[in-house]
Amino acid sequence: MQAVKMVITGPFSAGKTQFIGSVSEIDVVSTERKISSVAEKVKESTTVAMDFGRITVGDDLVLYLFGTPGQRRFDFMWDILSQGMLGFVVMVDSTKPETFREAKRILETFESYASTPFVVAANKQDQEDAWEPEDLRIILRLRPEVKILPCVATDKESVKNTLLELLYSILDQLDQENGN
Amino acid sequence: MALKGNLRDFSTTQLLNLINLARKTGTLSIQTDSESAQMSFREGKLIYAYMGNNNGNHLAQILQNSGKLSAEQAQVIQSHAEGKSDKEIGHLLVTARRVTQNDIIQSVRQYILDTVYKLFTWGEGFFRFDANKLPGSGYITIPIDLESVIMEGSRRLKEWEILQDELPDLDVALRFTDRPDARLRNINLTVEEWRVVSFVNPRNSIRQIAKANNLSDFEIRRIVYGMLQAGLVEFVNQPKPAADKKESAARPQKGAAEPSPAVKRSVVVRLIDRIRGL
Ligand SMILES: Nc1nc2c(ncn2[C@@H]2O[C@H](COP(=O)(O)OP(=O)(O)OP(=O)(O)O)[C@@H](O)[C@H]2O)c(=O)[nH]1
Ligand SMILES: [Mg+2]
Repeated sequence: MQAVKMVITGPFSAGKTQFIGSVSEIDVVSTERKISSVAEKVKESTTVAMDFGRITVGDDLVLYLFGTPGQRRFDFMWDILSQGMLGFVVMVDSTKPETFREAKRILETFESYASTPFVVAANKQDQEDAWEPEDLRIILRLRPEVKILPCVATDKESVKNTLLELLYSILDQLDQENGN
Repeated sequence: MALKGNLRDFSTTQLLNLINLARKTGTLSIQTDSESAQMSFREGKLIYAYMGNNNGNHLAQILQNSGKLSAEQAQVIQSHAEGKSDKEIGHLLVTARRVTQNDIIQSVRQYILDTVYKLFTWGEGFFRFDANKLPGSGYITIPIDLESVIMEGSRRLKEWEILQDELPDLDVALRFTDRPDARLRNINLTVEEWRVVSFVNPRNSIRQIAKANNLSDFEIRRIVYGMLQAGLVEFVNQPKPAADKKESAARPQKGAAEPSPAVKRSVVVRLIDRIRGL
């Protein structure tokens, strides 16, 4: 049995747990905890260690989706989670400009762990306040070849599309390495 | 779509940078508890700015500030200005040979710049960008390249902590961005900056450039920060957050976690098929 993994990362409350929940065949094994700090109390619970979702491909192949905790004090988990990943998704809450800088930092940190492909999901595009993906591209200073995708994590089709775009990028990289 | 928020989270520098790079057209309004300001842009160029109440005529005041009119002259003109636009007043003043057209352009330009530079120091305030909203035809607008505005504004943000925060690592190298429209000659560089620019090269770290030019850490940070914000240069290797240093050292090399050869093309193709079918 081969297991491959992809990491879903991004700032606090970007929608990582929701994203995994929309496509995972098991209920997300989430290590959530009620929020105590007042500053972070914009929602009821937050991920403290990681989220864990699964998509079975066949008897011999399974894809795991790992969500990182969004809060800074759990950074030590990132390195561990990133080991051996096939690729990663950086989720950004497009309605919260105060988190864009943090998103950029997370992106850079994960890039320094591995040169695996990644895509950026401009999440919560269903909200009226959402900033446009192309504006986020500039703000996050994404290289032209990095995909930034409009995303609504509550919508399964949108999550599928994000994962597929990541997989296409992975395929492209493999093909380039093999010189095809 | 929405481009709004608070300067606390998204600074004037970042906003102008975005407007410049995305070549936006429209008006940016900023509102604090005590003050308000508006700036207008056409295709990424700053064309107009004012602070406080905008009744569309303040040319007399602007010309007084720049020393082209005396206080009395300005007052007389202002009292006759009711219902007239800045453009009309400017036209009358030029026809009457009180000032030249160039006086007006230079004075308005300086006023716009002074207004925008003040905004760089606002740490707080709600902002919103209204795409395609522009000042009426009676306003005197002057197109100004945002690159040099951003550089000068950034220079005025001299706080050591901000620079320290933005540029923690002086051991990275710089290169010029390959944005085709980033033309050095459209940017006003000081002699010091030109010297730094002449050293920009993937082989030179920021620290080495500073040393070669006898610049303090603070000075080089200030200059490099300005150039980064204007999109003139970028890091060759993104600086790593300080905390990651020892971990990456512990790993044999970067890329150790790349997809192992065990991940075959066929595996990725199967994943694609599976997710398509979800
Ligand atoms: N409208 C809207 N709400 C969303 C979307 N994605 C997530 N949310 C909501 O945003 C909130 C945060 O989502 P989570 O999935 O908990 O975010 P997270 O990134 O896992 O957060 P942490 O684990 O605390 O870092 C929840 O209330 C979600 O229901 C979206 O695309 N649209
Ligand atoms: Mg979560």
